[in-house]
Amino acid sequence: MEALPARARICVTGAALVALLCLLPLPAPDDPAWWWQAAALLALLYAAGEWLVRSARPGAANPSGTLYPVLLAGAFLLPPHAAALVALPAALLAPVEQPPLLPRRIWRAAQLVLAVRAAAETHTAAGGREAVAGCEVPAALAAAGAAVVAFSLVLTLLDCLVLALTSGSPLRRAGRTGGDAWWRLLLSSLAPLTVHGLAGLMMALLWRSPYGPVAALLVLLPMGVSWWAFAQYHRERAAHQATIRALVQAVDIKDGYTRGHSERVGQAAMMIARELGMDDERVEVLRFAGILHDVGKLGVPTRLLTKDGPLTPEERRIIELHPEYGHEMVRGIAFLGEARAAVLHHHERLDGTGYPYGLAGSQIPESARVVAVADAFDAMTSTRSYSRARPVPVALKELQRCAGAHFDPRMVAALVRVIGRVGWHPAVTADQSPARVPPPAAPAADRSGARR
Amino acid sequence: MIPRPPLHTAVHGAAAAVAGGCLGSTLWHGLESRGAALAFGILVAVGELTRRGRTPVRQAAPLAAAGSLAYGLLGEIGGRPTTHGAAQVVTVVLAASLLGSVPHVGRGHGPTLDHLARRVLTVGFVAVCFQPPRNRGTFDDWGGPAYALLLLLLLSLTMLCDAVLAAALAHSRHGWPFGPVLRDELRAVPGIGAAVIATGAVMALAVAVVGLWALPVFSVPLLLAQLAHRRVAAVRATYRQTIASLARATEIAGYTPAGHARRVAALSQAVGRDLGLTEPELTVLEYAALMHDIGQLSLVDPVPAGATAGLPRTEQRRIALLGGAVVRQTGVDPRVARIVEQQADPHREQLLAARIVRAVNAYEEKSREGGPGGPLTALEELRLGTAGEYAPEVVESLARVLSRNPEVMREQRG
Repeated sequence: MEALPARARICVTGAALVALLCLLPLPAPDDPAWWWQAAALLALLYAAGEWLVRSARPGAANPSGTLYPVLLAGAFLLPPHAAALVALPAALLAPVEQPPLLPRRIWRAAQLVLAVRAAAETHTAAGGREAVAGCEVPAALAAAGAAVVAFSLVLTLLDCLVLALTSGSPLRRAGRTGGDAWWRLLLSSLAPLTVHGLAGLMMALLWRSPYGPVAALLVLLPMGVSWWAFAQYHRERAAHQATIRALVQAVDIKDGYTRGHSERVGQAAMMIARELGMDDERVEVLRFAGILHDVGKLGVPTRLLTKDGPLTPEERRIIELHPEYGHEMVRGIAFLGEARAAVLHHHERLDGTGYPYGLAGSQIPESARVVAVADAFDAMTSTRSYSRARPVPVALKELQRCAGAHFDPRMVAALVRVIGRVGWHPAVTADQSPARVPPPAAPAADRSGARR
Repeated sequence: MIPRPPLHTAVHGAAAAVAGGCLGSTLWHGLESRGAALAFGILVAVGELTRRGRTPVRQAAPLAAAGSLAYGLLGEIGGRPTTHGAAQVVTVVLAASLLGSVPHVGRGHGPTLDHLARRVLTVGFVAVCFQPPRNRGTFDDWGGPAYALLLLLLLSLTMLCDAVLAAALAHSRHGWPFGPVLRDELRAVPGIGAAVIATGAVMALAVAVVGLWALPVFSVPLLLAQLAHRRVAAVRATYRQTIASLARATEIAGYTPAGHARRVAALSQAVGRDLGLTEPELTVLEYAALMHDIGQLSLVDPVPAGATAGLPRTEQRRIALLGGAVVRQTGVDPRVARIVEQQADPHREQLLAARIVRAVNAYEEKSREGGPGGPLTALEELRLGTAGEYAPEVVESLARVLSRNPEVMREQRG
């Protein structure tokens, strides 16, 4: 427990003590044998499910959330203290990823015990137990809804509390974790928990029916399939994004000096978009626009990109085709949206002297104006074969000088503002990996270099 | 090889006969338990409405499937036994399915005849297995859990039959080999198929316990599963789009003629299916075929017309290895990179997918050069080259595929 601040330790200990109190039985349980049997079965189910989920997808965020239907079914079926007990074995036994191990384990168990107890108490107070026993669905739904809100409230508040205590920020801002107020966390957790609550209610209803626990278990199957499909979805999405970025690195194979350029332009475009107050989806699209803006260089003969010395007008014309090549390549990718226009128009200038179409002013799509500023900024602040890197303030001055003629002053102002506030810390810098790619015409034995 | 009359016509005929018989019987006897019939009809129709036509996925309307199976297995409503027979089940499900697909038909992508035939036959199977014995009181002295397990067993059996039926239809319609298609169908059963089975059984049981309230409540987890399933399909489609678009870099750079990668991918997939590859293998094959020329990007100057099949062996191998390096970097399945790397190897050392891509690529290039008689001369040249470069079984399969789809040949030429 050495790594924890003292007040966090007090908090964990306090929560554990309250949780222990929660496990004490109330007087006068009327059919204890049935309850203990059901509680033991549910606890076993919860522990087995937990183990299955963790071993199927290690490192996933909040893996225990998958099995909340079991906990909630317990809260709807059992007396509060027995319901709270269901969460205990798995929460204490399941592995913890990060140190300090023991406090985390205790905290997790205490948090779940408290939340389940709160849900079960709310459910009982709302008359849910009679509704479940009598198969009155509307009344049971209402009680389950109240229980889900209580469950979610306790979980969220305890999360915020421990985050605030361990990070050492003042308690008045306790709810703010990564910029999210506690009520926003609560709202975002309510939607999935409602579905979990419905599944838990179905389990409870079927558990008490003549068909028994066997039928109740079947409810978990569709939930498990959804969980598995969502996991698959996240995996495929990550693979897709990795593929796009890696294909962009194929430009680097051809065009050695732009190492990391695409990623950095993506980052700068994202910063500008966020500063302009665009919504998250658009910010993401603009990041892709930045990453992909030079993908058309794949279509330019390698000889021209790697040529030392000045280009002839003919060669320059060929290189200036790359926005059109790039657009031709990405226009079939539907999810890129306005990023496709940015790829085509990122070399247009506000006064109409750019290429490929010589658009002026507001004719240039907004996304292209963002990427143009980000592109120019990174070109100036990284070392290239023909010029040394300039310091960030000098580059920003230069951008401001060209604003209005080449660049949209709004975008330049946004970049200046955001860099003045948070600075410029590119994830990949040009100087990071001095290893140059072997020339593309090198024999095949050098392919390990091409792989980088 | 193709039975006459084709199997799918026979299946459609059988489904139509079943549907007609059930409709007649229902009209004659009238609807019983009307409330339940209406509720399940609405459920199936709503389930059909949630179908999306654009991305073809297995179990495109899982809620409709689960709802119709549950109606077939319905024995009690809130504790009172039902009286409807198997014929009414089929009639209600069919009517609701047709009703639910009206908006889709209006938009031009309704359910195909195959889907409707499968729905009618599977629901008919469930209802005939379950309703008559129950109405005779066969299951009356079964305990609750045993009854639940019986429903589960019956539904699993139905799903297996449905998979066999789907594979047989695909086999008869497209001439794809039966075994691998059946394997693909069965592979889908543990995923969304299991969710449909479980929901169908649970709905039937829950309606027996709490009445028709159970239908909306118990639909939620399945709708969630459908949503997740659809998002996976959508992100896979996007992934495919991205690979296909970026693979066109070689065409834009002038290394290969326009449409070459797409044509090689389409023809490779047809050959792969003919040779019995399963769906995951076909995806790998498609990606590899799309990107097989990507190594040329690293060349300083384009190969004339992108015809790599005529280059010296060492040069071919160099391009293949460079391409493999690029593909490996993109983070797609490592098998794709291996296939691209093996492009210039003799066929005995290649994976099957690599053999397919190599032969199809050579065919595509040679038939393009050959003018009007190109495709036939190209096949002949490949047959002569089978000693070392092109695998004989792949070339034969290619010939089969081309003779089956003359339009592929015409497109190749155009």
